[in-house]
Amino acid sequence: MLVVDDDPALSEMLGIVLRNEGFEPSFVGDGDGALAAFRSTKPDLVLLDLMLPGTDGIDVCRAIRAESGTPIVMLTARADTADVVIGLESGADDYVVKPFKPKELVARIRARLRRNDEVAGEVLQIGDVVIDVAGHAVSRDGRAIALTPLEFDLLLALARKPRQVFTRDHLLEQVWGYRHVADTRLVNVHVQRLRAKVERDPEHPDIVVTVRGVGYKAGPL
Amino acid sequence: MRSRLAGAAKAIRHRWRGSLQTRVVATTLVLSATVSLLIGVTILHQVRSGLLSSAVHSGQSLVSTGVQRAQDQFLALPNTDPNSVERTAYGIVTELSSNQGDTDVVMLPAAPGLPSYGPAVAVASIPPALQRTVQRQGREAWTYTRLQTTGLQTTAALVIGAPVQAGSVRYQLYYVLPLTREASTLRLVERTMWFAGAALVLLLVGIAAVVTREVVRPVRQAAATAERLAAGRLKERMRVRGEDDLATLAASFNRMADTVQQQISQLRELSRLQRRFVADVSHELRTPITTIRMAADMLHDSSADLPPELTRSSELLQAQLDRFEALLSDLLEISRHDAGAAVLDAEPIDLVHLVGQAISLAAPLADRQGSMILADLPASPVVVDVDARRIDRVLRNLIDNALEHGEGQPIEVRLRGSDDAVAITVRDHGVGLRPGEASLVFGRFWRADPARARTRGGTGLGLSIALEDVRLHGGWLQAWGEPDRGSTFRVTLPCHAGEMLTTSPLPLEPEDAGARA
Repeated sequence: MLVVDDDPALSEMLGIVLRNEGFEPSFVGDGDGALAAFRSTKPDLVLLDLMLPGTDGIDVCRAIRAESGTPIVMLTARADTADVVIGLESGADDYVVKPFKPKELVARIRARLRRNDEVAGEVLQIGDVVIDVAGHAVSRDGRAIALTPLEFDLLLALARKPRQVFTRDHLLEQVWGYRHVADTRLVNVHVQRLRAKVERDPEHPDIVVTVRGVGYKAGPL
Repeated sequence: MRSRLAGAAKAIRHRWRGSLQTRVVATTLVLSATVSLLIGVTILHQVRSGLLSSAVHSGQSLVSTGVQRAQDQFLALPNTDPNSVERTAYGIVTELSSNQGDTDVVMLPAAPGLPSYGPAVAVASIPPALQRTVQRQGREAWTYTRLQTTGLQTTAALVIGAPVQAGSVRYQLYYVLPLTREASTLRLVERTMWFAGAALVLLLVGIAAVVTREVVRPVRQAAATAERLAAGRLKERMRVRGEDDLATLAASFNRMADTVQQQISQLRELSRLQRRFVADVSHELRTPITTIRMAADMLHDSSADLPPELTRSSELLQAQLDRFEALLSDLLEISRHDAGAAVLDAEPIDLVHLVGQAISLAAPLADRQGSMILADLPASPVVVDVDARRIDRVLRNLIDNALEHGEGQPIEVRLRGSDDAVAITVRDHGVGLRPGEASLVFGRFWRADPARARTRGGTGLGLSIALEDVRLHGGWLQAWGEPDRGSTFRVTLPCHAGEMLTTSPLPLEPEDAGARA
């Protein structure tokens, strides 16, 4: 696990908490060294502070996302719509607003590291998009579409119950492991990211469809 | 008809009050018309008396000449037998009336029964009163009369009479002078006066209109500019032209606007810096608090291994950290509202679901307070464009608030929607609000009773933030309360973001408000 944070006290405390939970954290203090550290340690998950000296947290996030689907959880002091949305759009899977409780952070990390109980050989289809559940692969017309684990989980959740309309809260619980948190931005941004990859025309989606006033569902209406 | 008249009167009154120009022009009109009328009447009077007195003068000289001629002729008579006297009288009248144009000469006998000489109309026009004066007092006298001309028409005339006495012969000689020329002169003067007066009045009114327009235009321009300034367009200025008084007005006005703009921008900058400072402080505090929080949690988790007083200490630390965090995030939220940086992230949301969720989240607190939450929600979804995060926060705040002040009595939450608005009320039956407190509750850090212990560590900013959140939606958040009768908080939201609210689907005062009063 890679922790990118410029505050030494917080980094040390994070280290204590994470080790206590059985993780093996390594630390980077600024944005410039973050990508090199990511390449050398190959972490299962990145904890990334958005406000960093040197390269900005958003840029680090984009750089990591450009070469890997490794889950990224942002640490941010600002819960403002704009900041969070920019972070999510630049590739973060989830975010935690400072000050957070250690249990909350650990829950977020575990949710991102959790792998669904997969049935071997299960293959799902929405429209012309084929999902190979065991192989974590998505393809259209035989061409593979690269999804991050989170995007894959989101698509899978929708695809498993193709006739059901999922509310945003339901998706938050199912995919992110949240309960009682009405932050729908998380869902909105990731649905947009997912659409950008799987839809032929993201402006007129037919794989992940919006049901006005309720939420989303898989496949054509 | 009457109402139309009243309407016209109202319009005139409005114009009178509303326009300086109208007032000045109307006043000028009335005053100049009055003055020209007075002057005209005076001049006419003077002209008239002048004309008449000259007519009287010339008449008098005619009469005295005539009397002299008559007396001479009567005295020259060799005898005074009636026949020769009558002949002579006739001759005198004929002689005197020749070469006199339209002046008639009449000779009347002193005694009745004797013939009179002269045209009959002229004879008829001599008033008896004048005859008596001339006869009894034996002197010259004059008066005005009306002389019949053609048909029934009469004309003003001057009658001058004098007694003629020659020995025993007594007559009265009258000259009847029609005043036709004088009358036409007077009419001409009168017409000229009317014309001149009207022209003068028009001229004055025109001048008044032009002058006031010259003065009023820059004043109106100043008013319009001031209006725009007041509406927030601080860069508005008046145009300065020339160097006259009005240019001075414009220049002073602009200087005033400069000063005001400068002051306002200074204040804005100051409050921007202050808000920025609050936001920065809140952010800067977050990182160390996160570390403290994690450290405290570590301590708390291992509290089983600690001595009891340290366990209690870590619990206190934990609880106060929660409160500190809540305060910090509320401060940040309100500073964001103050800075106008709060953004409405609206999307169609089912409010029934949202309210239900907020109620179920409040269940643990309700259990602790021993209150029941009674929900009165529509069976079908009420989908409205709202920012779910904000409305959720508002609802939780109101419900928590009601539970905190509800004294263990049930809390009622109602939701109703109409075509263009949705209302949610949260009612408690606790201590209620004293008169005047309904607006104070939204004040920052306001407490109903400073001496009252808080059961929960509320930040004192919850309702202020709720009010800002609702306002951001273009909605209303209102409070009602009476002592010992509980209180009601009502949220009214427009169904579509940006629409104006006019009414709320739910009453603010509960239906039982009047019953127990």
